[in-house]
Amino acid sequence: MPDRHQTKSKYTTDRRIPGAFEGETVSRRRFMTASAHTAGGVAAMAFVLPSLAFAMGPIFEEQDQPWQDVGSTDEFDTETYVPKTITIASGVGEAGKSTVYMRKYDPQVDVEPKDQYNDFIALSTRCMHLGCPIRFVPAAGRFICPCHGGVYNFRGEVDGGPPVRPLDRFYTRVTSGGRVEVGRRFSVNSEIERFSPRDPGAPLDGIGQYLYPSRPSIRKLPNT
Amino acid sequence: MPKLKLPAPPIPLPKPLPKRPGAPRQTPVETATEAGISAVDWVDERTSLSGAARWMMFRKVPRGTNWFYTLGSSTMFAFLSQAVTGVFLAMYYRPDAAGGAYESIRYINNEVFLGEFVHGMHKWGSSVMVILIFLHMARTFFFGAYKYPRELNWGIGVALLILTMAMSFTGYLLPFDQRSYWATIVGVNINGTGPLVGPYLSDFLRAGPEFGATTLSRFYAIHMLLIPGIMAALIGAHLYLVAKLGTTAPPWLKPSDPVKKEEKA
Ligand code: HEM
Ligand code: FES
Repeated sequence: MPDRHQTKSKYTTDRRIPGAFEGETVSRRRFMTASAHTAGGVAAMAFVLPSLAFAMGPIFEEQDQPWQDVGSTDEFDTETYVPKTITIASGVGEAGKSTVYMRKYDPQVDVEPKDQYNDFIALSTRCMHLGCPIRFVPAAGRFICPCHGGVYNFRGEVDGGPPVRPLDRFYTRVTSGGRVEVGRRFSVNSEIERFSPRDPGAPLDGIGQYLYPSRPSIRKLPNT
Repeated sequence: MPKLKLPAPPIPLPKPLPKRPGAPRQTPVETATEAGISAVDWVDERTSLSGAARWMMFRKVPRGTNWFYTLGSSTMFAFLSQAVTGVFLAMYYRPDAAGGAYESIRYINNEVFLGEFVHGMHKWGSSVMVILIFLHMARTFFFGAYKYPRELNWGIGVALLILTMAMSFTGYLLPFDQRSYWATIVGVNINGTGPLVGPYLSDFLRAGPEFGATTLSRFYAIHMLLIPGIMAALIGAHLYLVAKLGTTAPPWLKPSDPVKKEEKA
């Protein structure tokens, strides 16, 4: 068996690592330094990573959006909107409540196809510019935003001002007892096609739906 | 191998000679001065801090240094004032979105001794700080102080500016009245209009897709723990670089300018 120590190590000589014994790829000092730094890095990551994940968790957690009773079917007609209060965030009292504007589906007015979730139309009061609370003005038959002058028509489509898409909506259903229930939120493009909820300011026509992706924290009902 | 040589330990000054008999007794002021000096000496002997203090405080400054150079320190004092008043406001404030937050601010303003004053200092002080930081930035810009070798200090300054803005944004929500609630809704949604990352950023700020139970406490933690800590560290680095690099001379002074008579004296 040839003596390996006879030849000069290709590592130590060529790389001129000071303090290394022949055949060593790394000097002992460097090795100790690296291990100390690695240990420090691991120790720091042990508290940094869980903390970061803790703070970011809500981004990936789907929020519960239960069905909520808003009244009986005879409270709503096709002529005008009736404001109803629902809870969109629990545990914060008044701050978690929001108004929805309700009316009956009207084949003369509504352009989207009828299905089991739109016997009643529930419009969100969240302005699609930057989220101020819009208000229905019956005399004008329009929705007006107090913040920067956004205007929406009777179907909730943008009539003027800065909003980038029609008002968000909620799924509705009718129970066997004749009660109307409001469910999850969904967003719509200018064709009133359903999309997973987007934040205000995010357009949904063209490439908008890809520039502003849907989030795991809030989704529309599958296959609707 | 050269021998390891430690720096020589600081040698205490020799004790002053005892007073001659018949000399007047020490006045209380003299006693107090001596006690103070020996207390400082005691600390300095063990830390050598006086060197650092001298390095920081007895710097050479360029000819022509003027009042505009105080804007940085003014910003720092505005920050310190915000920090101190904020700590004391935290003794009464409750980040409870179900009504407690609004009630605790009402209590501070209407019931607590000097509460309205301290709250007012914090509230108006935030605007003062934003104004001062912009004036300071304008000073360094117009004096060309961002140029080599101070680019890094300009960079740290930009980070401080952004963090100051983030402080204003997160602090605005805390009173939890109608104005702060809707202004924050709008602000978070502006964040959300950033393509691709915006939607996730606003989910992060709200702790979910809706403004919910933990949004307020999240803003509160960012406002009073996270950002102030980072800012204090960055201000330290900023000041270190100021002392290390020295400040710039005003741009209207040319190296060739003859030294004026009265300044020579
Ligand atoms: C919390 C905010 C800040 C504090 C407490 C602060 C503090 C200071 C202080 C005390 C000085 C010493 C000289 C002077 O006062 O003019 C200084 C210098 C400087 N600051 Fe700031 N600063 C802040 C923000 C900024 C910002 C926003 C910028 C620019 C983007 C900036 C850029 C600079 C530069 C370039 C210098 C060097 C000036 C020179 O060498 O003449 N700082 N800062
Ligand atoms: S938020 Fe409604 S118009 Fe700006």
